[in-house]
Amino acid sequence: MADAALEIQGLTVRYGDFTALSAASLSVYSGEVVGLVGPNGAGKTTLIKALSGSAPVKSGAVRVLGKDLFQLRERERARFLAVVPQARSLPQDFTVRQMVLMGRTPYLGWLGVPSRQDYERVHWALESTRMMELADRPVGALSGGEQQRALLARALAQDAPVLLLDEPITYLDIKHQAVLLNLVYELAHAHGIAVLMVLHDLNLVALYADRVALLVAGRVRALGTPIEVITPERLADAYDIPLKVIPHPEYGTPLILPDGLPNGHERS
Amino acid sequence: MRRSNRSYWIAFLLLLVTFALSISFGAVVIPLQTLARLALSRLPGLSLVPDWSSSFETIFFAIRLPHTLLVMLSGAALAASGAAYQGLFRNPLADPYLIGAASGAGLGAVLVLTLREQGLLTGLYLVPAAAFLGALATVALVYTLAYSRNTSSTTALILAGVAVSSFATALTSALMLRSQGELRRSLSWLLGGGSMTGWEPVWAALPYILVGLGILLTSGHALNVLQFGEEQAGQMGLPVTRARRLVILAASLATAAAIAFSGIIGFIGLIIPHIIRLWRGPDYRHLIPLSLLGGASALLLADLLARLLLRPQELPVGIITALAGAPFFIWVLRRYQRAPVGGNSNG
Repeated sequence: MADAALEIQGLTVRYGDFTALSAASLSVYSGEVVGLVGPNGAGKTTLIKALSGSAPVKSGAVRVLGKDLFQLRERERARFLAVVPQARSLPQDFTVRQMVLMGRTPYLGWLGVPSRQDYERVHWALESTRMMELADRPVGALSGGEQQRALLARALAQDAPVLLLDEPITYLDIKHQAVLLNLVYELAHAHGIAVLMVLHDLNLVALYADRVALLVAGRVRALGTPIEVITPERLADAYDIPLKVIPHPEYGTPLILPDGLPNGHERS
Repeated sequence: MRRSNRSYWIAFLLLLVTFALSISFGAVVIPLQTLARLALSRLPGLSLVPDWSSSFETIFFAIRLPHTLLVMLSGAALAASGAAYQGLFRNPLADPYLIGAASGAGLGAVLVLTLREQGLLTGLYLVPAAAFLGALATVALVYTLAYSRNTSSTTALILAGVAVSSFATALTSALMLRSQGELRRSLSWLLGGGSMTGWEPVWAALPYILVGLGILLTSGHALNVLQFGEEQAGQMGLPVTRARRLVILAASLATAAAIAFSGIIGFIGLIIPHIIRLWRGPDYRHLIPLSLLGGASALLLADLLARLLLRPQELPVGIITALAGAPFFIWVLRRYQRAPVGGNSNG
């Protein structure tokens, strides 16, 4: 198999005495979407933070295209790895275009003067996220879903081989969830971007991820295709609640249903 | 592009007008025509026959010109650093005065002036250096106090600023009252009245202000990226720690030099960037240079009022800026609490 675009080996993160991530290993290949799932507090966001340099890494190594990520300065790291954060508390007054252009920061000098190449990449990022029509609106005037897409465009402008998404659909309605995830899926497969995406919704992970990593208590408990990883046994173990898994009527991917009303209750 | 060019033309024109007014008006009025001829007479190759009284010449070169230049530099420094502090703190209320930089600079300056009075030091050149250290110390302290628990709220910032700057001002007043000579009389300095005249303070302040403003003028892009918060800014490839340090150093340098020689002047750094932001949008690459120009004009205008309102008596210019600035501050505060502006909606 080809070398992984993103290779995480034995990554351990500790906050004081609390081990948030314990010897986690995981690879993401170019052109695939890996979904990172697990119960609250399992270390999903910690993993994203560790990769982007804002969590106290105790040991382990992360390589992007063979480069040791922790040896790189911010500027270089941002060329290898782009992060799509949650669209909360964004500056409201910049236009979408201005914000996406700031995604070119790792290629700009201190003065931030863009070249033609930078504008071209921004144009491409706006087109491929279908944000062209909204490009000159202030970010504050956009809906949550549009803001999230604008952030995706900003990350694409970074032109990095690896894209991390931290719960990108948490505040979106079902339509905008689908729009965003379709975009991410398309981009990964069409442009060979390695995507690691934290999601809470297991059904969407099953549908949109090529592979799934199940994180429990700071450890990678399972890694494989959705059908391999998303099983009733594993989920019951990870989430400590009984869940039903049935095949998706169209795609055959796992579909997860909550199982069981409180004792003594029945629906007709 | 065209729009930004126009705003620079307007800002330059305004500066030119206020500059001319500031030189022309005062206890003695020098007509504008005479002003032009006086200025030209110093150019080599032009031999104008003097048709003005020699007292005009003295007033112009020895008093008005250095005074006007100092006021202009101070206004530019205070407004540009105000804009920079606001970007750094991601808070539209961060003004050099409100976050304690001004009081810290004042304390540093008075400390050195006291030593100078006792014959331990000579020259004015150490004054801005000491003011710089004072400003840096207070800004660092306020930053730590206000942001220690990730609660970057406006309330925390203002409270920390008030506490630290009251402390510094108390020490400054004590030092001033204890001293015997000129310092004691120059209590008006605390209210934003420059006590020094002539060219010496201009030359002493100039290098600091030029370096500080020079760095701030290049920092627009970094400040833009910082509006997304430090975590995102880092992810976008900005060397966050280095950028933040550089901006704090530059803003404190410019603030300190202005405060050291013009007195503790408040609110210029609040009002001007705010107006520019409303007018010209959130882009710090324009916000900094336009605040610089606007601040220079605004302080020249305030200084003109301070000199003319109770003529022949002169008011400290800080009184004028506070009279205009305090209500403005309350307006911004109310506006801001109702609808957060800029990159500041994280509680």
